[in-house]
Amino acid sequence: MGDLVIKDLNQSFAREDGSRLVVLENLNLDVKDKEFVCILGSSGCGKTTLLRMIAGLDTSESGSIALDGREIKGPNPKIGMVFQEYSLFPWRTVIDNIAFGLEMQGVPREKRYTVAEQYLNLVNLSQFRDSFPSELSGGMRQRVAVARALALDPVLLLMDEPFGALDAQTRNKLQHELLEIWEKTKKTVVFITHSVDEAVFLADRIVVMTPRPGRICRIFEITLPRPRDRTSTEFAGLRRDVLDLINQHCSIQ
Amino acid sequence: MGRHAEKNGRDWRLGALAILVALAAWQFIAAVIIRYPFILPAPTDVASAFFSLVGKGDIFVDLGTSLVHFAIGLGLALLVGIPMGIIMGWNRRIEAVVDPLIELLRPIPPLAWIPFAIIWFGLTTFSAGFIIFIGAVFPIIINTYSGFRGVPRVFVEAGKMLGCTKDRDLVRYIALPAALPSVAAGIRIATGVGWMCLVAAELFGVSNYGLGQKLWFYYSLHQMDSVVVYMILLGLIGLAFDMVFRHYVDKKFLKWRTGEVA
Repeated sequence: MGDLVIKDLNQSFAREDGSRLVVLENLNLDVKDKEFVCILGSSGCGKTTLLRMIAGLDTSESGSIALDGREIKGPNPKIGMVFQEYSLFPWRTVIDNIAFGLEMQGVPREKRYTVAEQYLNLVNLSQFRDSFPSELSGGMRQRVAVARALALDPVLLLMDEPFGALDAQTRNKLQHELLEIWEKTKKTVVFITHSVDEAVFLADRIVVMTPRPGRICRIFEITLPRPRDRTSTEFAGLRRDVLDLINQHCSIQ
Repeated sequence: MGRHAEKNGRDWRLGALAILVALAAWQFIAAVIIRYPFILPAPTDVASAFFSLVGKGDIFVDLGTSLVHFAIGLGLALLVGIPMGIIMGWNRRIEAVVDPLIELLRPIPPLAWIPFAIIWFGLTTFSAGFIIFIGAVFPIIINTYSGFRGVPRVFVEAGKMLGCTKDRDLVRYIALPAALPSVAAGIRIATGVGWMCLVAAELFGVSNYGLGQKLWFYYSLHQMDSVVVYMILLGLIGLAFDMVFRHYVDKKFLKWRTGEVA
């Protein structure tokens, strides 16, 4: 299972002058099991803050976040995360990065390598098993990061603009791969992006957020069947509709 | 790496040539111009002094004694410096308490501790080790501490997301390996500083042997050729430490950095 329920979430930070900056205001969101949700918004709209709270890395001021009915109080092996910046441990080889979570759980060496190798195959990087992250390209590093997050078999996968730093071609390729992996492993995915194109390509639902204070502005269902073709007229039309609605209703003041 | 090796190859031949030229010049100045071995012994004098010292065998006892002093000092510095650096780097409150004290003690030259070394520990092997400890411990603390300070937050958070949540595990599996290059640099500096303190640490008579002790002993006998033998030996061993350390540590523990530095 992987049902995520976010209720009346509030978060604010103290400014230097003592006033409070409201980052999230009364945010409610349900993500169904095995759903692929993209959270779309400009920088500063609180989307990363939201993701960090779902991850259990930050605590909210008020409100609750529950996964399968249990409140998230801290980092939890049921939740995997892929970070925006390169987060692979540079002192560990690719296979030891993927096996890290299993090692922390005390899984014996043989067993954890067997599992890690499965996920290494899943992201098509078997030939880089014993390479160090410094020997990989940016795209490969993020694929390993995906494999590392999946190796603990979480029910929920959080992704914070994971392809943001990559060139357009690599980015498109990784989006394809991610959907293939998602089809195979069937996780609930919450994916953060600021690209309408990326969101329309990936998501079952797009949640658009607006800043100051961060709140949900619109939610779009994307029913276009996968695999989606970026060059098709339906895709282009959908992308335009989303953009128009954002411009009408969710423009940044 | 390839470019580096090629560069070293070229430097090696030029370097060897430079040493030969310097030796020849030294020989010429000492034997032809000055002609007074007390002021400047010639390389040939030094070489014959070396063989007679080796023949007597004392030189090996000296070497062993000095290595014991050095091992005590450096060993203690590692034992104290690394945990202290880790704690300071990991806990802001402890850092706030300890850092000012360290910054006050650190600028005191290690040799200024000699009187208290004698009062506290007497003319013992440990006393010499203590001076070397003072020289070596600060670079280890400072580098370990700054290494831990500099651990990227995303590594710690990635670790937490993967089930590494206890402080002890985070230090062991995330912070320590991430800080290792900095810790290693600190140990290397400490090795150099500690070795430099050795002569002074042996000078106040903690033992009848030791490279530093013998240097002074032969000076008092006006056997300057033997003094030069011990000087060169001190230099070469210091160099050997540095090379072995660099080679071993970089190959063994910091292999992952090969592609990173550039």
